[in-house]
Amino acid sequence: MTDELPKTHAATGAADGDASAAGRPLLRIEGVVKTFGTFRAVDGVSLDIKAGEFFALLGPSGCGKTTLLRMLAGFEAPDEGRILLGDKDIAQALPHERPINMMFQNYALFPHLSVRDNIAFGLKRAGLSRADTATRVAEMVALVKLEGLEKRKPDQLSGGQRQRVALARALARRPQLLLLDEPLAALDKKLRENTQGELMELQRRLGMTFIVVTHDQEEAMTMASRIGVMKSGKLAQVASPRDLYEAPRSRWIAEFVGDVNLFDGETKLRDGHRLVIGTRDAGTLVVAEPREPVGAGRFSIAIRPEKIKLSRRAPVSEAGRETMINSLDGVVADICYLGGTTTYKVKLDTGGIVRASVANSARLDVDAYSVGQQIVAWFTPDDCVVLPS
Amino acid sequence: MRKVSRLSRFNVASLALGLAFLYLPILILVIYSFNASRLVTVWGGWSLRWYHEFFNDRAMIEAAWMSFRVAVSSATIATLLGTLAAVALSRGERFRGRTLFSGMLYAPLVMPEVITGLSLLLLFVALNAERGFWTVTIAHTTLTMCFVAVVVQSRLGSLDRSLEEAAMDLGCDPVRAFLSVTLPLIAPAIVAGWMLAFTLSLDDLVIASFTTGPGSATLPIRIYSEVRLGVKPEINAICTLVIALIAVVIVIASLASKLSSSQGESAAPL
Amino acid sequence: MSSRRIFARPARFAAIAPYVWMVLFFLVPFAFVLKISLSQTAIAQPPYEPVFALTAGWDALKAAFAALSIENFKLLVSDDIYVFAYVRSLTVALTATTLLLLIGYPIAYGMARLPKSWQAVAMVLVIVPFWTSFLIRIYAWINILQHDGLLNQILLALHLVSQPVVWLSTDSAMYIGIVYSYLPFMILPLYATLAKMEPVLEEAASDLGAPPWQVFWLVTFPLSLPGVGAGVLLCFIPIVGEFVIPDLLAGSNSLMIGQTLWLEFFTNKDWPVASAAAIVLLVVLLVPLLLYERLQKRQLEQGR
Repeated sequence: MTDELPKTHAATGAADGDASAAGRPLLRIEGVVKTFGTFRAVDGVSLDIKAGEFFALLGPSGCGKTTLLRMLAGFEAPDEGRILLGDKDIAQALPHERPINMMFQNYALFPHLSVRDNIAFGLKRAGLSRADTATRVAEMVALVKLEGLEKRKPDQLSGGQRQRVALARALARRPQLLLLDEPLAALDKKLRENTQGELMELQRRLGMTFIVVTHDQEEAMTMASRIGVMKSGKLAQVASPRDLYEAPRSRWIAEFVGDVNLFDGETKLRDGHRLVIGTRDAGTLVVAEPREPVGAGRFSIAIRPEKIKLSRRAPVSEAGRETMINSLDGVVADICYLGGTTTYKVKLDTGGIVRASVANSARLDVDAYSVGQQIVAWFTPDDCVVLPS
Repeated sequence: MRKVSRLSRFNVASLALGLAFLYLPILILVIYSFNASRLVTVWGGWSLRWYHEFFNDRAMIEAAWMSFRVAVSSATIATLLGTLAAVALSRGERFRGRTLFSGMLYAPLVMPEVITGLSLLLLFVALNAERGFWTVTIAHTTLTMCFVAVVVQSRLGSLDRSLEEAAMDLGCDPVRAFLSVTLPLIAPAIVAGWMLAFTLSLDDLVIASFTTGPGSATLPIRIYSEVRLGVKPEINAICTLVIALIAVVIVIASLASKLSSSQGESAAPL
Repeated sequence: MSSRRIFARPARFAAIAPYVWMVLFFLVPFAFVLKISLSQTAIAQPPYEPVFALTAGWDALKAAFAALSIENFKLLVSDDIYVFAYVRSLTVALTATTLLLLIGYPIAYGMARLPKSWQAVAMVLVIVPFWTSFLIRIYAWINILQHDGLLNQILLALHLVSQPVVWLSTDSAMYIGIVYSYLPFMILPLYATLAKMEPVLEEAASDLGAPPWQVFWLVTFPLSLPGVGAGVLLCFIPIVGEFVIPDLLAGSNSLMIGQTLWLEFFTNKDWPVASAAAIVLLVVLLVPLLLYERLQKRQLEQGR
């Protein structure tokens, strides 16, 4: 057996991150296509991943994110395109020949092996000596805080412990790239939040490159430095979590990531960097011109619920400032108390419905609105995102 | 997510060879049953001559009839008893003598037939029972009910128990819940159990040899005594007929189970 | 009170009829075998008379106990014929089971890797020959293996041999027959465990750097061991006591214990010796039988 250990060090990340960013990315995916029968699971995806990045592939089930991940791991071969790791095309390499490891959904721990043997599995395949293997396993066990459980079998562990074993097993070979397939899906909510923090901390400390696949947008937003949203086998947008939320590129993304109010309408007037758009459901709205100027035509306007303020009377523009405010009259139709915030559903006099999310900043809110109350919902032009219809 | 077939060339080859190994001998036997030549190995053209011969062989026909009667009656009793046993084992929780009970049910599955046959014969002799149709039927029932029990029990084990609980919640007592919900769901397994019992009985030589009496030979006993004397084309014809009978039973039973399961799916009102 | 408890009571009543049946026709007969095996040969002759009268009462029973002897067992141990028969039975069963495992495993493995919809078809294909009579399958092989049978004709036509090979009445023929008859019993439990195994485990192994043969040897095979155990026992135990296959396909110079028992019983009409042989066979098989029972029980009663 002449398997060699992937020649990387854990420190490829943060330290020389800047150098890599300037030069070649760690991983370059070029026009990758994968079809199953007539179904194009991955349909021409190109993507660069820098060393030290925590990248998330986000999308609904069946969007092709898992297939893309499996092609990176080597379980599927792309029909077209290249996958470059460094400067080597690994698209056709077999899984055991790649310096890439994966943490599987539901972990795929070997049920017949102890925690220690699970972690040592990849090290033995890499031809590490017995002593080196033992040292590395001990290191990994300490890293994921599993001391004392080394001799247990997977079925004697809790869900959280199993997740740690899976992580340690995948990290043990010090891969250039770690793939995580829905790493937290099997954990309950509380544990999931703690583990998110631990994963981020670990990734920063080891300076490794992580690619995580998830259908949970909150998870992707929390952990990743960059998110690629996939839809029907294509990358719909690649952006930082903030940009993805505040500047979605399409109506679909605005709806997929977070909650949103959408109004369809047509440009009526262009006034400097302001657009006036007539909508059916919310009357005439003034919105900020998007970064890339748009022509005339039909648009959707997206406003996040927390950007919408509520008050009893229409707000007055502050003296001396040219702030134009969109204010819409309506009646409170429904109130949904969520603890930290309350979501109000307001039926507008113009016919539409807006949802406004208000932080519950006071414990005793004597001023809370009630159902049936006349109300004004308002927001600034900068709170609106103009999207092609 | 679509699953890709992980079939390697080695997998395909071993499957193809394995199936060829299983089927070729039977196929050859069937083909040669239509051989006109008396020499089994020389092809003399297609003919039904040996089927003719069989239908004129009174002793053979009688043995076949005996086998058929034994198979039907023992399979029926075995299905009844085996299903009851499966219900007791999978729904009865703990009861006294359970270990012995399950032991007695699983052991005959692998017990060498010579032992089962011999022990039953000694019992029948001790009871001074007249050996013939009934003793063979009892012997076959004892063997085949264990197979039925295993088939039905594995189906019962995989059944969602909340279905029974739902039936009780909707006002059935346990027995009614079992009859109206569980029984229809395990019906395919019971049918499969009957089929298995039927063919096992039709097939058995050793136990029947021990437990039958003079003058009431079953078909395998007759075939065996002929085969010992050498290959005879008539035997090919008989074997082909038995294969055809079993094929018909399999087809009917699988149709029946399909029918009952599709009825089950169309949500028959209680 | 849980619903399971509510269910358990009527379910236990269902046990009564099969329980009585099995005690009467499976357990009690063994007592008779034991009793006869300890009787003097003369007592059991002629074979068609009752061995002892159940109506004779307590005294007769006591007399019967007094007449018990272990002569038959002494005979079995001292006579080479019997010792050889046991040794041969175990060797044949061991060899045949090994062959079955080597042939059955690749087939079961191939089945488990078929697309799901094909797996059901493959399973039916493996089971169907098992439904066609045992005796017929052996007979089919006699057709093929006889002096001027198909196998020799093919070998001659291909010029692989210059004159017909003797196949019938050899151990090779017997092994072919055994492997052929028991193959489904080996394949099905193997297939059941292999099909249940999550393919992602194999992927994980190859992701961690194991080439295909290591994936198989370090993950697939160890995880299929329960199936291997079931298959091996399901074949080994009945093969030890096999009668028909060696009788029709093997030579008559060395007999297996099933044949010996048959011979003593039907030809020599020596029931006590036959019974003693059965008892010894049962003792030999006791350990594998108990193992098999535990396996079967665990398989059928787990997950509830």
